[in-house]
Amino acid sequence: MKKKLVAPLAIMAAATLAFSGCAANESGNSSSAGASDANLSGTLTGRGASSMRAAQEKWVADFQTKNPGVTVNYSPDGSGAGREAFTAGAVQFAGSDRALKDTEMGAGKFARCTPESNALNLPVYISPIAVIYNVQGVKDLKLDADTLAGIFSGKITKWNDPKIKALNASANLPATNITAVHRSDDSGTTNNFTDYLGKASTVWGQDASDTWPKNFKGEAAKGTSGVVDAVKTGTGTIGYADESATQGLDIADLKVGNEFVKPTPEAAAKIVDGSEKVAGRAEHDWALNLNRKAEGAYPAVLVSYAIVCEDYKDDKDAQLVKSYVGYIASADGQKSASESAGNAPLSDKMAENIKAAIDSIK
Amino acid sequence: MSHSSSSPSTTERQESSENSLVPAKKRIGDSVFKGLSTGSGVLILVVLALVALFLIMQALPALTTSPDLLMQQGYGPFWSWVIPIAFGTVYSSFLALLFAVPVGMGIALFISHYAPRQLAQPLGYVIDLLAAVPSVVFGLWGANAFAPSVNTAWIWLNRNMGWFPPFGGQASGTGRTMLTASLVLAVMILPIITSLCREVFLQAPKLHEEAALALGATRWEMIRMSVLPFARAGIISAVMLALGRALGETMAVAMILSGANVINWQVLTGTNSNTIAATIALNFPEAFGLRVNQLIAGGLVLFVITLAVNMLARWVVSRRAAFSGAN
Repeated sequence: MKKKLVAPLAIMAAATLAFSGCAANESGNSSSAGASDANLSGTLTGRGASSMRAAQEKWVADFQTKNPGVTVNYSPDGSGAGREAFTAGAVQFAGSDRALKDTEMGAGKFARCTPESNALNLPVYISPIAVIYNVQGVKDLKLDADTLAGIFSGKITKWNDPKIKALNASANLPATNITAVHRSDDSGTTNNFTDYLGKASTVWGQDASDTWPKNFKGEAAKGTSGVVDAVKTGTGTIGYADESATQGLDIADLKVGNEFVKPTPEAAAKIVDGSEKVAGRAEHDWALNLNRKAEGAYPAVLVSYAIVCEDYKDDKDAQLVKSYVGYIASADGQKSASESAGNAPLSDKMAENIKAAIDSIK
Repeated sequence: MSHSSSSPSTTERQESSENSLVPAKKRIGDSVFKGLSTGSGVLILVVLALVALFLIMQALPALTTSPDLLMQQGYGPFWSWVIPIAFGTVYSSFLALLFAVPVGMGIALFISHYAPRQLAQPLGYVIDLLAAVPSVVFGLWGANAFAPSVNTAWIWLNRNMGWFPPFGGQASGTGRTMLTASLVLAVMILPIITSLCREVFLQAPKLHEEAALALGATRWEMIRMSVLPFARAGIISAVMLALGRALGETMAVAMILSGANVINWQVLTGTNSNTIAATIALNFPEAFGLRVNQLIAGGLVLFVITLAVNMLARWVVSRRAAFSGAN
């Protein structure tokens, strides 16, 4: 009896030992050029937004191929967890779907930064949120912020509502009920989408929030894939999801100013150029007040930040962060991620600003 | 909890060993086995106590923080958050039992008393196989295949039977309703009810059955008079076990149900009461700070509900055991 037990246990133990070493060193076979430094070594740990999970996986793989001595770990535990971990000094950088607020900023608040150092918010991941719908016989739907807010807050309930008709004169809109699908889990996508509705429309009347506002009806589905499936299989449905996950679905154009804009990478990247920095921030902090009405820019966009120190206590941390975040924000890094994550590469102007900011990290 | 039900047989055994004339020789095996089984018994209590301790410790901040502060952070007072999802948990499980118990007992009776032997055994295997399907598969199937295909039926039901309050309201456009989720839950708990009931029905005393038949009872009358009364305690414990599974089901509900933090009796709308387990699963990945404590406090409430259900079941079973002749 005892012998029978020992053998499988021994095999399991051996297997655990053998496999545990692999995960950390996994690397992709991409060969795109990045910041490469043969002497660089150590472990860089980040935590935060799950929206950039796919992009971070790609960046980590690329970076570790270029710098075999470095191990980068990014845990997509959520923006809040990332900000918390960065403040407490558990990680060297955080990923977050929003910049740190003024109350969260301040020299000496961050355990890994020197007492005089503040944090830097660097927008490194831009991703358009597409409004998807499934209505029989309707193509090329056009919507403006007020109509969209009316639909998602439950004030507009039929597809042939006069407000929708006014924007889509030629469309053959049926009299079916509108089923608006939102995320049932807390999410940065919801946060940015509700931020857009709040800022661009006059009827939303809610602050941006990870959780869908409780008093607005509509249906809930789990995760991006859940929303996409619910919209695809339902009748008279409309929802919002990361643009990269919406293949094969009808996507609405959103009205900005006097024109209708499609969620293309170029249009999404424009919003960052058309937005002002948050007032009172340091020269190299790029926390943005996203201008959801910027001319020619797609307004429903998710912008994720890398949060780093101005000045790290440990110079080695600074070196690793500069090198890794530098690669993320570089043209190569942005392009490499967009192939797998579908994000919108940073505009040249913003990329330059971010590069200057990264160079300033000590 | 297991102590009360196992006590009759233990005392019996002790009596017989005390009554024997030749004192038994102490063997190593005896003490080792006694140690092992006592250890296992203690271990489960320790594990349960540790889980309860963890839940209480982690839940405490959410329960003690003032509602104002919680409000500030956007979570709202704890009780008004937890009561709708506790309602959703109990309501969805109740509906699932409503569908699964008659069908499960029917299958069990068919296997034990109606089906020819060649059919009964394979059918039993198939039902047991159902228990091995992971809940995430049920979730995927429910959300992407079942919900869209029953949606037209739900809309029909809503239009033609909307006068019946639970079928009222604005019908869902995706089919991800309370009724859909409960039906999938019912399928998931079916194997528990079926296999437990089958075992109990098979144990009904053959003499009783034959006596009933000899007195001129039809097969249904025989089942009603001799099988069902005998099996009552077993049926109840099967139902309670199934209820426990339904209360704690997480993944399938999270994927299928279009949930919100509301109390809603209507089963065909898009706004349904979410369940505790699904709410935790949905919100934990992005939770931080007090939100984590709040979710764990929700888990504590679920723990208490499940414990209450189990204790109720034990109580019912122990009360019935005396009459059934099962001992």
